[in-house]
Amino acid sequence: METIFFYLVALVAVVSGFLVVRCQSPVNSALALVNTFFCLAVFYVMLYAPFMAAIQVIVYAGAIMVLILFVIMLLNLGTEARKRYTHGVVWAAIASLLVLVNVVFFIKRGRVTGAEGDITDYLIKTEGHTELIGKALYTEFLLPFEIASILLLVAIVGAVILAKKDV
Amino acid sequence: MTEMLSMSNNAPLFVGMMLLKLAVVFGVTMGIVAYATWVERKVIGHMQTRLGPMRTGWHGLLQPIADGLKLFFKEDIIPTQASKVPFLLAPMMILIPALITIAVVPFGPDVTVKGFLVPLQITDLNIGVLYILAMAGLGVYGIVLAGWSSNSKYALLGGVRASAQMISYELAAGITIIAVFMLSETLSLREIVALQSGSVIDWYVFKQPLAFGLFLITGLAEINRTPFDMPEAESELVSGFCTEYSSMKYALFFMAEYANMIVIAAIAATLFLGGWSGPLPESLGVVNLLGKVFAIMFFFIWLRATLPRVRYDQLMQLGWKVLIPLALANLAVTGLVVVLQQ
Repeated sequence: METIFFYLVALVAVVSGFLVVRCQSPVNSALALVNTFFCLAVFYVMLYAPFMAAIQVIVYAGAIMVLILFVIMLLNLGTEARKRYTHGVVWAAIASLLVLVNVVFFIKRGRVTGAEGDITDYLIKTEGHTELIGKALYTEFLLPFEIASILLLVAIVGAVILAKKDV
Repeated sequence: MTEMLSMSNNAPLFVGMMLLKLAVVFGVTMGIVAYATWVERKVIGHMQTRLGPMRTGWHGLLQPIADGLKLFFKEDIIPTQASKVPFLLAPMMILIPALITIAVVPFGPDVTVKGFLVPLQITDLNIGVLYILAMAGLGVYGIVLAGWSSNSKYALLGGVRASAQMISYELAAGITIIAVFMLSETLSLREIVALQSGSVIDWYVFKQPLAFGLFLITGLAEINRTPFDMPEAESELVSGFCTEYSSMKYALFFMAEYANMIVIAAIAATLFLGGWSGPLPESLGVVNLLGKVFAIMFFFIWLRATLPRVRYDQLMQLGWKVLIPLALANLAVTGLVVVLQQ
């Protein structure tokens, strides 16, 4: 049952990933990308990581893609953008095929089940995925977390300064 | 000790109950959507000393059905210059996130069916609140796409305004809700309701009055209703992002607006007003929830009859310079109180 569902979602993810590069209009490509992100969120749910799924949808599908869509729409890139980037398709195909072979090779070689860590299946079920992430984030990884927040603050200040010039 | 019904202990019953719950919740929601249009026209009519719809049925009760049939049989026009795929997808992309958000709203206590406990909620996600925020984020697409794909300047302006508005107010709404689950220490709506079920005093509206007010305002802005209905300001933008739509596609936008209204009302009722628990006894859980939802929806309609539309720059200023700082201050105070209490 779960396997069938996985293949179904995987099919949708791969098809929409293909549509991202194949669609004629950039807006349709962006929509296909949203769909791919959504499928990734479904995979997170299937891996018992609902928090990651929600963040995936909120951040990628809900925020970043909306901005990308905005840029595409307001610049109104028509089909001329497509004509400009149609050279070297064959080489790109060969390169990506080689990468695919590489990936499959390494997956086959590695241990797919993964190493046993501190966070076990049992712990996730009893304590909850979100709680565990919260604890790890605010105790063990507090310093990286704070550094990331300072980085974001710098980015916000930078954005404000850049926007202020025009006003 | 009765077990919670799940896929592993009785699969056919679980699937059956799930389908039943889905059908009932969907049916009730669509019913409310249809009659919310009638109530809105009636209430605003009486507030403006008019009668509102009177012709179809007793006091116009059949009006929603007549409207639905009319829209169904109207010609479906797709502008030749429109981008077809986004144009077709947009109405669905706006309605579906609104409808699936209702899945996490609990509407009653657990009931026992054939020796198993069945929760009266379609699904209890332990990230329920985040799920609501995620779906709210997806709702933007429908409006942006509708505005852009119509290839009309009014629609585009409406779409851009709507998305800017929704993105800004989503932020404030998110920060407001954080204050609630700092108190509840859970993201599951079911547990949030359980925590408020003691008595009326336990409702989070009394612990978080500011958050409740902020949530209602940001909610109104997110679903683009008066006084924040900039995207469809008909005096300047014809009908905003849905200008070029006709027939059933237009009806879908209309349904989405009312479905969103129900969603915001249901979430406000669940997070702040104790959801299905209280003031009536537990067995009347559905009545409790629906009563609160209708009260909040009436408040929204009342606002529409009372307030003029705010100007666009005022709207953005209100969002970024008033609501977000207030929400952040509320968050800081809540955090301080939670820490001091420990």
